[in-house]
Amino acid sequence: MIVYKHSVSLDADKCKGCTTCLRRCPTQAIRIRDGKACINPNLCIDCGECIRHCPYKAKKADFDQWDSLDRSKFLIALPAPSLFGQFANLDDTDYLLQGLMDLGFNDIFEIAKAAELVTDYTRAYMQRMGDAQAPFISTACPVVVRLISLRFPTLRNKMVPVAPPIELAGKLAKERALKEHPDLKPEDVRTVFISPCPAKVSWVKNTPADKECYVDYVVSMSDVYFRLLSKMDRKKTPKVTSESGAIGMSWPSSGGEASALMNDHYLAADGVENIIRVLDDIEMGHFPDLKFVEMNACPGGCVGGVMTVENPYIARVRIRSLQRYMPIVQNRISLQEGEPIPREILTVEPGEYSSAELLNADRAQSFRMMSEIERIWKLLPGMDCGSCGAPTCRAHAEDVVRGESSLDDCVIRMREQLKALQKEDGKGEES
Amino acid sequence: MTENEPLHFHYDVDGNNFTSAGEASVQVKRMLRQMGFHPDLIRRISVAMYEGEINMVIHAKGGDADVYVTPECITVVLKDVGPGIKDVNLAMQEGYSTAPDNIRSLGFGAGMGLPNMKRYSDELKIDSVVGVGTTIEMKFLPA
Repeated sequence: MIVYKHSVSLDADKCKGCTTCLRRCPTQAIRIRDGKACINPNLCIDCGECIRHCPYKAKKADFDQWDSLDRSKFLIALPAPSLFGQFANLDDTDYLLQGLMDLGFNDIFEIAKAAELVTDYTRAYMQRMGDAQAPFISTACPVVVRLISLRFPTLRNKMVPVAPPIELAGKLAKERALKEHPDLKPEDVRTVFISPCPAKVSWVKNTPADKECYVDYVVSMSDVYFRLLSKMDRKKTPKVTSESGAIGMSWPSSGGEASALMNDHYLAADGVENIIRVLDDIEMGHFPDLKFVEMNACPGGCVGGVMTVENPYIARVRIRSLQRYMPIVQNRISLQEGEPIPREILTVEPGEYSSAELLNADRAQSFRMMSEIERIWKLLPGMDCGSCGAPTCRAHAEDVVRGESSLDDCVIRMREQLKALQKEDGKGEES
Repeated sequence: MTENEPLHFHYDVDGNNFTSAGEASVQVKRMLRQMGFHPDLIRRISVAMYEGEINMVIHAKGGDADVYVTPECITVVLKDVGPGIKDVNLAMQEGYSTAPDNIRSLGFGAGMGLPNMKRYSDELKIDSVVGVGTTIEMKFLPA
């Protein structure tokens, strides 16, 4: 079994053991044990909802720190298109790109540029596959890929295998640098992804051992934001020019990736709970005419990433006004009819399926456990208060049967029992 | 529970809330995953059960869904006190539907409900009396 490496973790000193993350976790991966939150790595999908909602900032994401970037290398910035929506009064993306150069990057390769290529490859892939396996599901959001791998095994063959923009951007950026600077050796070139979310850190960390990872650093967008603010100078004419079009810039908002495919039969869902509902519906054959499904774990799309600074809806509007003055598309792939899509582009593979929810490998034992869960569940108050450390009474019943907690952890039940005892005592005195 | 007694799960299918149709099948799906049944079997059950739930909501103002699980067989019983099915053979034909227009305009009532339930189950029994109600029993056998 391959061990999945996470990017979201707990700062135990800051955690007060409140129930906020418990309730917000869309896969019920969190429990409160001994007054601190614990994340079950088998269920966590690195969506970052706990980081978003923790009132004590006790959840952290494992980003590379700005100061850890090796300045002796040829550093290439890979800015996610959501970055362009973070700044007020930005009317030309070139100012932002110049700001990145002034921060010390040697080159820039926009993620939006790669996204335009991914759009073309995806369209070609869907055309070659025909409708029999439709709807095809986008694999640009790593949270979605992990969620499907864990919970929707029958949808695995619907996942678009085209490399996500981050991978293609890293690959092409490195190739370009080596071509333009023949004196550079591959180990001298380092790519730095500027990320709106922790899931991209997980994506880098979980690159299979036999596959090359083209992204060397992942830095947080909020970290870069303040550094960029002081560097962006509107009086200076930028020396760099954006290589992306409006199509690539549409990706960070929910629906952008899908509409770029020029296929009307698409659906775009955002927010993990909504995604789960849509995946359940697709699995039940609910949307027969659908060709493409775009899914983003964050509300509103990548502009809603937990590491962004700006409200996602405002970011979306800003990107839209930037798009107005951009060429529709600047990067195209045209494959001849019947020409296969290059192997090196089709790199996405679903993770190994092993039901993380499985009670026991032995079927008879899992039946006994399920029966016990049903019995215990009926003893619980159904308030889903979270005081026992589990998100719902049902989850508590499961934890009890798995031997991870005790029925007595239910304070509501204890209180009822105490009341009953007091009543009995009272009766005793009367007689 | 003795070894041979099936696990029993009961769900009320709410006939007044159209959007809640399908909730029971999602819960059953999770339970079956927890017990380690094969994903393909789980999918068959959830599709067939979903169709049954929708039918109960459209035609019968809801009803009861009962699921009995043993390692050898999963049985889904859907019981309603709706109008009953006049001609079961006709209802089994693909594309035949008595769903009202407002339901069809929502994309349901395509006449695939019963045919899909038959297609995805290993055994389908329909017991329907006009004016009294319908009970549908589906059996699913792990491969």
